[in-house]
Amino acid sequence: MSAHADNHAHDDDHGHHHKETFVTKYIFSQDHKMIAKQYLITGTIMGVIGVLMSMMMRMQIAWPEEPNVIFEALLGKWAPDGVMDADIYLALVTIHGTIMVFFVLTAGLSGTFSNLLIPLQIGARDMASGFLNMVSYWLFFLSSVIMVISLFVEAGPAAAGWTIYPPLSALPMAQAGSGMGMTLWLVSMAIFIASSLLGSLNYIVTVINLRTKGMSMTRLPLTIWCFFITAVIGVISFPVLLSAALLLIMDRSFGTSFFLSDIFIQGEVLHYQGGSPVLFEHLFWFLGHPEVYIVILPAMGLVSEIMASNSRKPIFGYRAMIASILAIAFLSTIVWGHHMFISGMNPFLGSVFTFTTLLIAIPSAVKAFNWITTLWKGNLQMNPAMLFSIGFVSTFITGGLTGIILGDSALDINVHDTYFVVAHFHLVMGISALYGMFAGIYHWYPKMFGRMLNKNLGYIHFWVTAVCAYGVFFPMHFIGMAGLPRRYYTNSNFPLFDDLANVNVIITIFALVGGVVQILYLYNFFASIFYGKKTVQNPWKSTTLEWTAPIKHIHGNWEGEIPHVHRWPYDYSKPGHDVDFVPQNIPLKDGEEELQH
Amino acid sequence: MSTTVVNTGTEGKTWGGGNKPLNASYGKMMMWFFIVSDALTFSGFLAAYGFSRFKFIDSWPIADEVFTHVPFLHGQELPMIYVAFMTFILIMSSVTMVLAVDAGHHLNKAKVTLYMFLTIIGGLIFVGSQAWEWATFIKGDFGAVQTKGGNILQFVDNEGHRVALRDFVTADAHADRTQHQRKSGLWFVSEGTLPTYTIDEVVHGLESHENVLVRTQTLTEEGEKTVLSRQESLKQIKENGKLVVEGANLQVNEYGSPLFADFFFFITGFHGFHVFSGVVINIIIFFNVILGTYERRKSYEMVEKVGLYWHFVDLVWVFVFTFFYLV
Repeated sequence: MSAHADNHAHDDDHGHHHKETFVTKYIFSQDHKMIAKQYLITGTIMGVIGVLMSMMMRMQIAWPEEPNVIFEALLGKWAPDGVMDADIYLALVTIHGTIMVFFVLTAGLSGTFSNLLIPLQIGARDMASGFLNMVSYWLFFLSSVIMVISLFVEAGPAAAGWTIYPPLSALPMAQAGSGMGMTLWLVSMAIFIASSLLGSLNYIVTVINLRTKGMSMTRLPLTIWCFFITAVIGVISFPVLLSAALLLIMDRSFGTSFFLSDIFIQGEVLHYQGGSPVLFEHLFWFLGHPEVYIVILPAMGLVSEIMASNSRKPIFGYRAMIASILAIAFLSTIVWGHHMFISGMNPFLGSVFTFTTLLIAIPSAVKAFNWITTLWKGNLQMNPAMLFSIGFVSTFITGGLTGIILGDSALDINVHDTYFVVAHFHLVMGISALYGMFAGIYHWYPKMFGRMLNKNLGYIHFWVTAVCAYGVFFPMHFIGMAGLPRRYYTNSNFPLFDDLANVNVIITIFALVGGVVQILYLYNFFASIFYGKKTVQNPWKSTTLEWTAPIKHIHGNWEGEIPHVHRWPYDYSKPGHDVDFVPQNIPLKDGEEELQH
Repeated sequence: MSTTVVNTGTEGKTWGGGNKPLNASYGKMMMWFFIVSDALTFSGFLAAYGFSRFKFIDSWPIADEVFTHVPFLHGQELPMIYVAFMTFILIMSSVTMVLAVDAGHHLNKAKVTLYMFLTIIGGLIFVGSQAWEWATFIKGDFGAVQTKGGNILQFVDNEGHRVALRDFVTADAHADRTQHQRKSGLWFVSEGTLPTYTIDEVVHGLESHENVLVRTQTLTEEGEKTVLSRQESLKQIKENGKLVVEGANLQVNEYGSPLFADFFFFITGFHGFHVFSGVVINIIIFFNVILGTYERRKSYEMVEKVGLYWHFVDLVWVFVFTFFYLV
């Protein structure tokens, strides 16, 4: 098998000699471009579910314990007479978090664009192993299906939060969602980890081994650098989540005491002794923190590429960008303790983790300033992709600043588990990564589907989304500072928070508008597959290799020989050329120097 | 690919684009990165083990007292002998694997077959030994009493030698106890199978044997378990004794903290599962070698790839062995 796959990756000039049936072309496809689209569509469906859940949560927070026809329609028995049950609110929090973090922003974002862009931008016929790539997608699909099925089990889906801390996750009788719902959650995530591992292995070896002639590591587009490092972080951190999940399954089903000790339920002492839930938190956050970089790094890569292309300028500080990606990747593995400042961990460790956490501000700031200086005096093309990229930089800075507050243990203790935290991570990784994903979709849609997205719908989509995103998350900082805790399904029992009720209504209105406007985007996305304007080969006049490939998708990407690379990927507005972009496969002119900034 | 030579300015540089910059095929590299990932899974387990062990640093069971058995040598205390044998076998199987890979480089089918076969045998001996080690650990040795607080009380004679429950306790034939079961409604109360003796019988046995003392799980400064005086022994057993424990399982452990047994079963089990998978993969490759698949391919790289995995499994055992048996 190995030798066969080896050949198929780079032996022949006419890669589409396999006979393709409907099944091998659209379902069990081994072609990276089709797999990318499969990831994107699956991720979109999961995204719709996740966003619907957040809208229901917001309605509950704004108008607690009031009958709501939407609840009645969507939640059924969990909303008797349209009033949301407290248990299902926790389940919504849990599944919203899980779906958005893993299924949309990990698989949907990195899975889509790593698959689409790695072979196309490095000049390869396909991934190193098309078969493993296909298996990776189908495992992801299977885990998505299981996660969705878990919504329909009798006692409700998992409700211990996306961080599934024991004992809620470890004792099947602890709460409604701790039984079958939690079991399905764990099964789904175990399959997801396998999928992520296979995908990451493929991305890494493809970037190392299958680059075309001339594509040295310092000529790689920043997208590829980001996908590469993201995959490395995934290979390092997901296995530790697997360790935690396996130990948790032992606790749940076989009576071990890894994470449990001294527990009473209904007056009965359970036999568990000696374990520690803090151990679970350590193992979980060793994945959990790198996971936010797994989410944000691909978005950073997409944004860097789109900004350079649409500013018609070289990216500012190409090598500094690479260095900061590497620094972020390294630091991401030694900061997990900042999620645990109030867990009872040794306070001295708190100061260590504060130090390492604040160090991340340095590479992050390098990146933010590089983006801004890339825009500086550029010939800006304000298309939707560019707007979303600028939006990304904006939310990344806004959310990043509060990260400095939360990374400091002395400050964090005051606002831990309040809406301040919710506002922080939604802006810095949720909204930012979504913007990155939208930017990527608007930019590479022509590459994926051969047609253009409607620009005007794109403008409306961006501006309404941007206003609503800040409308939702900006006020959350204030109610968080006022002490409003996260994950409470109602605050009406606390007179202390009565003054905040109106703010919550405003937030919810923004959330609903922001959610509904995504219909416009979905319409644009699906309608343009069939009715969009036909694209030209290089619609954005970009320099990277994917735009040298034909519009029509062929297995093997290029007719004839793979283009060779002669320059770095950001030769925009280079003096001495007639056009303001020079693709990577154009040889240097006589006497022309390869300038790297 | 075309043979046209185009000067791209990166020739001769490491990672300069083109194929195999690290001089490894993509399959081999995937195996390397898989190993990185698997190593982190084991690191997670071993870190969890360290975390838990340090929590009970003053009462953790002493491995030299736990793993003292060797097959066919009943009643003798030979700490670490058998596990040393297991480790030796596993390391030797790595050596034969190296020889198989080397023979593969020389396309010597006969030698690859021989050494792959020896590797498989080594792996099977290791997995079998592991099963025996588990069985012995589950069966237990001397028996002990668990207190209400979950601590373990063991028994020694005046000279400090361990005394087994069966040597001083007599089971009362008339004492029958029914065991709670899930079907009787108390569905989250689960306990192991009923022990041979009840706690009252142990108290009685202790009272009638003057020379038996109780040893707690607390370690002294010399790193030995604390032995109580006669009065204290009786007092402890009468006041705090709750459950007679024989052997070890996931819930109780006659050697000390149940976490010791939990981690022992889980980590050696997870490692044993890796060895078992390795043996299965080796057998598949072994048959491919016999059938001449790699001979025709003019490359024994598959043997090399499974070899990488096999060495990794060995390396993990070195860590597991160190942390469970040696330190």
